[in-house]
Amino acid sequence: MEDVKLMVKELADNYGRSEENLLPILQGIVEREKYISEEAMVEVARELDISAAQVYGTATFYSFLETKPTGKYVIRVCKTISCMIKGKNDIIRELENVLRIKMGETTHDNLFSLRETNCLGQCHKGPAMLINDTPYTELTPEKVRKILCDIRNIEFPAN
Amino acid sequence: MANKKLKRLDLVFKDEKDTESVLKKTFSRSNADVINDLISSGLKGRGGAGFPTGLKWKLTADAKGDEKYVICNADEGEPGTFKDREILSKVPHKVLAGMAICGRVTGAKKGFIYLRGEYRFLLPGLNEEIEKFHKLLEKLDCRFRVEVFTGSGAYICGEESALFESMEGKRGEPRNKPPFPTTSGYRGKPTVINNVETLAHTYSIFKYGPEKFQDLGVQDSRGSKVFSVSGDTPNPGIYELEFGMTLQKFVDDFGDGDTKAVQVGGASGFCVPRKKFGKTIIGYQGRLQGESLPTGGSMMIFNSSRSMYNVLHNYLDFFVEESCGQCTPCRVGTQQLLLGIEAVKKGERSSSYLDKLLELAETMRVTAKCGLGQSVANSFASIVENFKEEMIY
Repeated sequence: MEDVKLMVKELADNYGRSEENLLPILQGIVEREKYISEEAMVEVARELDISAAQVYGTATFYSFLETKPTGKYVIRVCKTISCMIKGKNDIIRELENVLRIKMGETTHDNLFSLRETNCLGQCHKGPAMLINDTPYTELTPEKVRKILCDIRNIEFPAN
Repeated sequence: MANKKLKRLDLVFKDEKDTESVLKKTFSRSNADVINDLISSGLKGRGGAGFPTGLKWKLTADAKGDEKYVICNADEGEPGTFKDREILSKVPHKVLAGMAICGRVTGAKKGFIYLRGEYRFLLPGLNEEIEKFHKLLEKLDCRFRVEVFTGSGAYICGEESALFESMEGKRGEPRNKPPFPTTSGYRGKPTVINNVETLAHTYSIFKYGPEKFQDLGVQDSRGSKVFSVSGDTPNPGIYELEFGMTLQKFVDDFGDGDTKAVQVGGASGFCVPRKKFGKTIIGYQGRLQGESLPTGGSMMIFNSSRSMYNVLHNYLDFFVEESCGQCTPCRVGTQQLLLGIEAVKKGERSSSYLDKLLELAETMRVTAKCGLGQSVANSFASIVENFKEEMIY
């Protein structure tokens, strides 16, 4: 609880305490905690002196503002038309197989969450996905395995 | 088909490093002259709606108020569009220069780039570029400053009034119009909001003069346009082409020889079947139904292996998710259209039900609050009417 208070205060000090700073603050919370808890929302409302309902309304409107616990790496696979016809379903199948989760779920070690998202603006290089902020394009199942493997190697370096 | 290639232009992406001289030259002229140049160039909004840019600047310049804003709309979310990403990564200084000139002539001291969350990876490079640009402005004794505001994954925030709401910390729900942004935009203050590509074009206009820009294009569609080409094409990517080409010429150049349809303007645009390629001209006036459309140069090519039912299903799925939910025609309409085509496909409804759905789409065009809900009918009607058999069987 104290941690959340401190974090929100720090973000508010950094961005400011007017309504215009609400979205940057919520983005800051997601960057640190991966999601915005109800506790955090109430705290933001208190810091900015606005209603908790407004914070909740804004937080739940935007698809990149997660409001449920989420893994350290959020994988967002583009499902819009150009990526669909370039085979995004094969990419999703591969991700599900390697991570052993279904679309929308998070791995047990809280490392990866798998999401579908709308157009990423990489249509000429589909299929595409974002992992946190980084885009990966012209994906193949092999490429996907390599990308996941590289992340796991960063997280669990082999001595 | 080498002889059938359309002329490629190199105005927007040309690597020009003379921001300082362009700014100096423009700052030394009267505001009225600068605006007149922009008006006479014939530049229209490149986000797709096609409002005359010079007029927008003039209206904001004439609006009363000490506090005004310039906003660059980089919330490029239309399916099949990715040109703004390329412009912001390759020639951001042109966009920034356009914003500073706009600030000068309208009296705005502050500019924002609303960058979609999906493009957050551009942020470090963009901030570096802005820092350099601010140093240049200091040197020129100009107090205009630019800041990046990042979105968080909402297509609707590309709609200008929803974008303001979002910047004000609210849900991205479009406002009623009027009042228009030129008198009441961000924080209720007079605001110019331009697409990334539009601002990049202003740089060329101020550098070379409006005549050179006018020489390109046709009638009411002046200048060049950056097209985002994807789908069934051997050459996907970004191309700067002249307005006024027929879709047939475009397909001859970019198609894979088996093109069945082209989606012009993304999910909110029109789907043009093969038999209409020759009659369709790309440009504001030649737009299929005369009206200016919320498109930004998205060209998605489908060959005969594609099911147009699946294409439409994908679009509707997109709209159901991205509708802000504020007005009933759009919130309920998008869902019912999706359920409707599914029911017809499964045989739960007869094929005549498609006519009911077309009526619903038309109702949405008339009654929805903003461009999102209004334009669902574009792709819906153009696909259902031209590929009816694919919807049923």
